[in-house]
Amino acid sequence: MTHERIEGVRADAYDLVVVGAGPAGLAAAATAAAAGLTTLVLDENAAPGGQIYRAVTSTPVSDRRILGTDYWHGAGLVEAARRSGAEIVGGAVVWSLDRDLQVGVSHGGTARMIQARRVIIATGALERPFPIPGWTLPGVMTAGGAQTLLKSSGLVPDGRAVLAGTGPLLWLLAAQLLRAGVTPTAILDTTPRSNHWRALRHLPGFALSPLLAKGLGLMREVRAQVEVIGGVTGLAAEGSDRLRAVGFERAGENRRIEADQLLLHQGVVPNVNLAMAAGVEHRWDPLQLCWSPVLDADGGSSVPGIAVAGDGAGIAGARAAEERGRLAAVAAVRALAPSASVADAGAVRRSLRRQERGRAFLDTLYQPARQFRMPADDTIVCRCEEVTAGQIRATVALGCEGPTQMKSFLRCGMGPCQGRLCGLTVTELIAEARGCTPETVGYYRLRAPVKPITLGEMAGTPAGTAAVKAVVRG
Amino acid sequence: MMATEFDVAVVGGGLVGSSLALGLARLGQRVAVLDEGDAAVRASRANFGLVWVQSKGLGLPQYAGWTIRSSEGWAGFAAGLKQETGLDVAFERPGGFHLALSEAELEARAASLERLRAQPGIVSYPTEMFDRTRVETMLDGLGPEVVGGSFCPLDGHCNSLRLHRALHAALALHDVRYLPDHRVARIDHAGGTFTLSAGGAGIVAGKVVIAAGNASRELAPMVGLRAPMQPNRGQIIVTERVQRFMRHPVVTIRQTDEGTVMIGDSRIDDTDLGTLVQPVNAVMADRAVRMFPMLGRLNVVRSWSGVRVMTEDGFPIYDQSVTHPGAFVVTCHSGVTLAAAHAQVLAPMIAAGQLDAGQVGAFSARRFDVPKAA
Amino acid sequence: MFRRLPDIEAGSVTIRVDGVPLAARAGDTVTAALLAGGHDHCRTTAVGGVRRAPYCLMGVCFDCLVTIDGVGNRQGCLVPVRDGMVVDTQRGKREVGR
Repeated sequence: MTHERIEGVRADAYDLVVVGAGPAGLAAAATAAAAGLTTLVLDENAAPGGQIYRAVTSTPVSDRRILGTDYWHGAGLVEAARRSGAEIVGGAVVWSLDRDLQVGVSHGGTARMIQARRVIIATGALERPFPIPGWTLPGVMTAGGAQTLLKSSGLVPDGRAVLAGTGPLLWLLAAQLLRAGVTPTAILDTTPRSNHWRALRHLPGFALSPLLAKGLGLMREVRAQVEVIGGVTGLAAEGSDRLRAVGFERAGENRRIEADQLLLHQGVVPNVNLAMAAGVEHRWDPLQLCWSPVLDADGGSSVPGIAVAGDGAGIAGARAAEERGRLAAVAAVRALAPSASVADAGAVRRSLRRQERGRAFLDTLYQPARQFRMPADDTIVCRCEEVTAGQIRATVALGCEGPTQMKSFLRCGMGPCQGRLCGLTVTELIAEARGCTPETVGYYRLRAPVKPITLGEMAGTPAGTAAVKAVVRG
Repeated sequence: MMATEFDVAVVGGGLVGSSLALGLARLGQRVAVLDEGDAAVRASRANFGLVWVQSKGLGLPQYAGWTIRSSEGWAGFAAGLKQETGLDVAFERPGGFHLALSEAELEARAASLERLRAQPGIVSYPTEMFDRTRVETMLDGLGPEVVGGSFCPLDGHCNSLRLHRALHAALALHDVRYLPDHRVARIDHAGGTFTLSAGGAGIVAGKVVIAAGNASRELAPMVGLRAPMQPNRGQIIVTERVQRFMRHPVVTIRQTDEGTVMIGDSRIDDTDLGTLVQPVNAVMADRAVRMFPMLGRLNVVRSWSGVRVMTEDGFPIYDQSVTHPGAFVVTCHSGVTLAAAHAQVLAPMIAAGQLDAGQVGAFSARRFDVPKAA
Repeated sequence: MFRRLPDIEAGSVTIRVDGVPLAARAGDTVTAALLAGGHDHCRTTAVGGVRRAPYCLMGVCFDCLVTIDGVGNRQGCLVPVRDGMVVDTQRGKREVGR
C-alpha cells in the first residue's frame, strides 16, 4: 500500500511533536517554535483550544460576558501559537506513541507515522466517571459536555435541567447558563460535608490565590438564582428509555425532581491513555484519586524524550497547564538547541507555583464521596460493555485480583473508550473488595491504538521485510 | 502459616491448570490451584480461541490423534461447563480454513499437508485443498487475491476468555481452593507428600501437577522433571463488533461470538509484552484486508501481544516423575484445543497416579533426550 | 433537548437524519446538530440493545456513534457537519459494509 502524505502535516519528522492543542500544548508549541524547533501540534478537534478553550476562535457566543474572561484568555494562546511558526493540524488523531518517539497519527482517513526528537503529551483531562444508577440514559450528560455545546454551537438545555455533583466546573457552567438566560431547575451538590472541615487546613494557601475570589463570586452569582441543595448523598437517573426524573438522597430522605437533562460532574482526571500506552510510568494520587504520570521538574517522564504537560500531568487547571507546557518546551529546546534563546525556566516555574496555589484546598474540598466512585451493585460501571459493579464484585470473590484479569473475565475495559469511563471505578472497586490500595491493584494495561483507526488505515502503515517474515510463515 | 491437605496441588491457574483441576475435582479429588497475581504473563488471556485440528502433528504424528480426541470431546466439555456454571463458552465446530493469497502460498500449504499425511502412524482425518470457487461457497466477501485454501471440517473455535472464566466458576462450584498471589518458590517432597512454598504459606498435597505454562521450565526440575520451553510472542488486532458475516473461522481471522473480529497471526522472537511492533500489525492488517476487503473499514479497537506457551519442539510435555512419585508436568501450546482432553482424559490418569503410555507416552520429555534421527 | 441562543443566526447547512432533512449551523458537530434537532438518542447498543445518547461530547465516551455518509460507528461529536451529509442513527452492531 502506498504511504500517502497527510494533507496538513507537511513533514515526516519534527524536532517536537505536541499532542493536544489545549493550553499546555499551545503554550509549549509557541515556546518551542519561537526558539527555532520545528514543531507540530496535533489535535483531534477541528480547531485548537482543547476543552477549556474549546471553540475560542470560532464560538458563536459573541456576548463575552456569558463565557467569562477566563475563557477568552485562550484566544491569546492560540494566536501566540499560530504566530510562532508551529504547525497546528486539526482533525488529527494520535493513536500511538512508542519509546522511539514514533507518533502514529490518522488524518482524513489515512494513518501514518511521524518521527519526533521530543514529544510533549498534552492530552489534558477528562471528566471523572460518575457512575450512578441510570447514568447511561439519554438525557444524562456530563456538565463539560453541556459546556461544549454552549461554546461550540451556542446551544443551551431546553427544559428542566438539573446539575449534580461537585467541583468548580459545576458552578462555572451554572453561571454561564444563567448569563445565557437559562435557569437550571436545581443544583444537587454532592460535596461531602466532612470535606469542608478537612479542606480548612489548606485554606491559608487557597486564600492567597485568585481562585478564592473567583470561586466565591461564582457561587454567589449562582445561589442568588438557582435552588442549590447541598449534602446530597445519593443520586439516581430515573426513566426507562430516557431520563424522566432525578432521584436523590439527602439527610436520610429521598426526593425526586422531574427533569429533562441531568448534567453530571465530579471533577476531572488526567487522560492517561496515550501516556500509559507509550510506557510512561504512573502512580496513584491518593488526594486526587486518579493516576498521574511520574515526572521530573520539567515534566519529563520515565520514557526519555516524552514529557507530559497540562492537566494530564496532574489536575491543576488551565493557567498552570500553560506554564507546564512552557517548562516542557524549554527543556526540549535546551536539549535539542542548547544555544537557542528561550524563556527562563526559573521564571516559568515561579509562575507555575503561583498558579498551583490553592490546589490542595480545592482537591480536598471537592474530593468525591465513596458511593459516587464505588457504586451499588446494579449500577453500570463499564458503559461500553454494559458491565455492572455487582458483576465486578462477584468476580473479585471468584479470585480475580486486578483489572487485567477482570477485563478478560468480564470484558470491562475492552470497548472503544479503553477504560476512560470505567478504569478508575474498576480499580477502586477491586481495591475496596480486596481491602487493599488502588496502587496495589493497578490499572488496565493500555496499548496502541489508543483511539480507533480502521483496519485499512493500519494496513497502510509501514511494514518492512522483518515484519512480513514474522507474519507469513507458511 | 497454615498448612492444608489436598489430594492434588495444581501449579498454574490458566486454561491448562484449571481444565485439569476441574477434571480432578469432578472425580472427587480435593484440589488446590496455585496461581500468580493479576500482572502475571498469562497465555490464557492472550490466545486466538481456536479449537483447531488441521496442521497438527507435523513432526510428531501422535499429536494429531490427541488433538482430534480433544476436538471430539469438546462439545460435551462445553455442555458440561454450561450446565454447571450457566456460562456458554460459544463453542462451534463449523470447519475452518487456511487461506492462501497466492499460488505459491497455496502450493506451500498443500505440500505441508502432504508431508503431514505421509508420516508413519499418522491418523487420517479430513483436510482438503479447496480452490477459490469452493471457498467462495462458504466464505462471503473474499478478496480477489484469495486463490484458495485448506479446509478441515473438524476445526472450530470458542470464546476462550469466557472459557477461562467458566473454568474458574466451575472450580469454585466444586470447592477447589483457588489461591492467587501464590507463586511457587519451592517444592519439597517427603514421606509421600509434597509441600509447596507459595505466597508465604505451605500447601501440602499428595500429588502435584505443574501446569504453569512457560514457567514450567523452572518448576519442573523441583520434582525431578524437565520441561524445555522456547516461548515466543504474537500480536493480535481486535476490531469493534460487527454483525455476523463469517460462518467459518480462518486460522488468521475469526469473528467471535461477540461480533468482534480477531486478526493474527505473528511470531516475534522475544517475550516483551510491553511493546507492540506496529509493522507486524501493518502486515497482519494488510493480509486481512486482502482476504476480506470489507474488513478495511472496521475500526481497530485494541491490539495486544501474548507470550505463547511453547515447548522446544512445539508439542505437549506430559510427564510423571520417577524420582518424585506423584508429580506431573503438563504444559503445551493449544491450551484451548486441548482443554477437553485435559479435563476428560488426562485428569483421570493423574487421579489414578499413572499417565497411560499408550495414549500420551509420546509427549514425555524423554523425547528431548533422544537425538533426532538424521 | 437543546436550543440555540436567540442571537445566533439559524443554520445554513442541511443534513439528512434517518432520511429527514435537518437544519444545522456551519461549525456544529453532527452531535450538536442532532441534539439541537431534538434527537434524544443516536443509537442502541450492540450488547444490550439499549438507547444511548452522546455523553461526554469530547470524543472519549463513544456513545455518540452514528453512521455518516454510509460509514458506521463514527463519533458524531468529532465530525463537523457538511451540507448534504447523510446521517443515520444506529441499531446494535455495525453492519457489514457500512
